[in-house]
Amino acid sequence: MKHSIRNQHRAEGRQTRKSGGYLVDRLIAYRDLHAHALFSSLGRLVASRFATVMTIVVLAIGISLASGFYILVKNLQQLAGNLESSNQISLFLREEVSDANAKKLAETIKKNSDVLDVKLISKEQALKEFETFSGFGAAVKALDKNPLPIVIQVLPKNSLEDVVVLDNLVEHFKQVPEVDIAQVDTQWVKRLQSIMELARRGVALLSGLLGMGVLFITANTIRLELHDRREEVLIAKLVGATNGFIQRPFLYGGFWLGFFSGVAAWFIVTLTTLILKYPIEKLSGLYDGSFHVVFLGGLETIALLAISAALGMLGSWIVVYFQLRRLKPE
Amino acid sequence: MLQFDKVSMRYPEVGDVLKNISFSLHPGEMAFLTGHSGAGKSTLFKLIAVMERCNRGEIIFAGQNLNKVSNRQIPYVRRNMGLIFQDYKLLQDRTVFDNVALPLVIAGYGHGEISRRVRAALDKVGLLGKEKKYPLLLSGGEQQRVGIARAVVNKPSMILADEPTGNLDPELSKEIMHLFEQFQQVGVTVLIASHDISLIARMNYRVLKLDHGQLIAS
Repeated sequence: MKHSIRNQHRAEGRQTRKSGGYLVDRLIAYRDLHAHALFSSLGRLVASRFATVMTIVVLAIGISLASGFYILVKNLQQLAGNLESSNQISLFLREEVSDANAKKLAETIKKNSDVLDVKLISKEQALKEFETFSGFGAAVKALDKNPLPIVIQVLPKNSLEDVVVLDNLVEHFKQVPEVDIAQVDTQWVKRLQSIMELARRGVALLSGLLGMGVLFITANTIRLELHDRREEVLIAKLVGATNGFIQRPFLYGGFWLGFFSGVAAWFIVTLTTLILKYPIEKLSGLYDGSFHVVFLGGLETIALLAISAALGMLGSWIVVYFQLRRLKPE
Repeated sequence: MLQFDKVSMRYPEVGDVLKNISFSLHPGEMAFLTGHSGAGKSTLFKLIAVMERCNRGEIIFAGQNLNKVSNRQIPYVRRNMGLIFQDYKLLQDRTVFDNVALPLVIAGYGHGEISRRVRAALDKVGLLGKEKKYPLLLSGGEQQRVGIARAVVNKPSMILADEPTGNLDPELSKEIMHLFEQFQQVGVTVLIASHDISLIARMNYRVLKLDHGQLIAS
């Protein structure tokens, strides 16, 4: 027996000298350690199914609230986009401007880089529309000449995003000699814009708060697990485990909690959107709208999962980092 | 291998636990640490394993001043000592193999190396064939031998055993002590805390005796 132990001591000496294969061996061992931590932490979650499911449901509700509001705002933005076409500048030309000059003016305006499209409405077209839609057709016919001016409707680019551009554009048109009145309802554009801004900030704030919730719920869950495995942690410390080694499975545990909560939240949001899609589109159809409900996209889904997993890991890290250093064998 | 130089330890709640302790152990030396309960044996062990830091004096282990070891370095110091406890400190939900393999897994050894070394260590303590058993199914003596296998599997230069036979009957105690002798014979320094006076007397090794925190015989 004496000999066998001695031989082993020597064998070890040889191995450390033969460093090439040794390093590869260590790297493989390191990878195995991570893989082991990854799957053993998963196994531990499965072993305590009930507690795990409860935690994940709570986390998923938090995450789905945040992402649900996000998708709501995204849909509202689309609605605002639909309304953009009505957000146009109407240029009422002076009476003496001829049709040919009006056409030329419209073409010049179209070349402006801030303008998306122009539409020329001649006096005759305007009259026809007025007769059809106003119900005062008879009254207009009683007049000896067409009182309506030529109108150029200008559709600006990005009008909802940038009110300043819109205002500048209107000011610019007011200087054009042919233009009598340049009119745009910037008031409600501004209102809509503020509402969207408010909604966006609301989502950001809410996401921040709910993210903190996710962080601390994971942290508390991991804290309980750490408490349960106190003995194991202390023994590992006594046989030379670094804090890094001990915290690894806990970090992966947090990762899994966050990741699965993200998956569950994705299902909650997608199902909710799916359930609401039909009635919303039906309602939109009743208003002659062409509103299409949008879902979480591919990139957004990836972001949702990544953020959830990262929050889980961070929550776990906070607890493990501070508690592990306090845990000392006695 | 191990050197205590005028080491004192004082806990604010209890007062002086160790007073001006000086001794040294050569590489490959085996010694017993004895004394009444509360004499400071456990504290002395904690100081060597850097579970506590002494208030005064210096402790040199394997050429390293333990006072100057940073918290980050403690795990690496411990990897060079095999710690053995009265209550074995085994992981009850892991097999014998996994328990013994723990220090190697921590140190980052590869699969094959771990398997080979664990078997060798279990062979040394006479437990080959029980790798897949759980500690609770083993007798006290067997559990302590698992603890010993775990302590030596990483080939430490020193073994520290705190009352390793405290829960065992005299026959088993003798076997355990015989194991320690074998490790000492291959050059491992061994320090055993025990109050089993008759057992210590029968074995002809150096005895460090603590009394109220003072070393009265060495």
